Amino acid sequence: MKIQRKTKVSSDIPTASMPDIIFMLLIFFMVTTVLREYSGLSVELPRAKRIEKLKSKRHTSHIWISKEGQISIQDKLHSVEDVRHVMYDIRAADPLLTVSLKADKSAKMGLISNIHNELRKADALKLNYSTKTAVE
Amino acid sequence: MKTKRRFKRGEIPTASMADIAFLLLIFFLVTTTIDMDKGLGIILPAEGEEIEIKKDNILNCLINSSGNVLLGGNPIKTKDISKEIRRKIAENDKLIISVKAHEKTKYSDYIAVIDQLKMANAKRISIAEID
Repeated sequence: MKIQRKTKVSSDIPTASMPDIIFMLLIFFMVTTVLREYSGLSVELPRAKRIEKLKSKRHTSHIWISKEGQISIQDKLHSVEDVRHVMYDIRAADPLLTVSLKADKSAKMGLISNIHNELRKADALKLNYSTKTAVE
Repeated sequence: MKTKRRFKRGEIPTASMADIAFLLLIFFLVTTTIDMDKGLGIILPAEGEEIEIKKDNILNCLINSSGNVLLGGNPIKTKDISKEIRRKIAENDKLIISVKAHEKTKYSDYIAVIDQLKMANAKRISIAEID
């Protein structure tokens, strides 16, 4: 007499919950995605070793400074004297603002120093010099 | 002749739902930019905030237009700054490093100096105005 198996072992992977898992991943990526708002100028960032990450993208505003000394904030070119007014408005809208300075590595310090003064006048004091990671 | 019904009892076909979800998933995977902004953080002093500091507690760090550094009156190589600063901070923990650059100094030279100060764990960094 043949002995019959009592329990049937199914050999296929259960796929019923797969859409749920995928949806969960989908929602994660939808929530974390921040679509690029501004593109800025083309700059070559300097390199540094002791870098820190900026905490939140939402509380960051970029100032782009090109090699030629052009200043761009939120896709508009500004003169040095305008930085104060533009940054003041941005600062007023977001008290947790960090300014990320994306300056070209051959920009001149005279201009950077003027930007420092403008930022102080606009009360945007948290500054971050955007850099690339240097190779040891 | 009766036409055959594809779905019984008005059910919505769910077989392709996974595919649709995958497609959306891939779209968001591709558009997500993970590159975080990183750089050297610094807090600027508020406008009109000028404090008198004792002369002994200030260490001047001057950068000229060709990127040479003068630390407390002595010329120094950029990569040796952190060692020197670390030693000086150990001597005097109230030390404030005042960085002053020339108008025509390159930004990368300035960043290299700030990076060195960060490496030496210098918390008190002052950026002097260019006159």
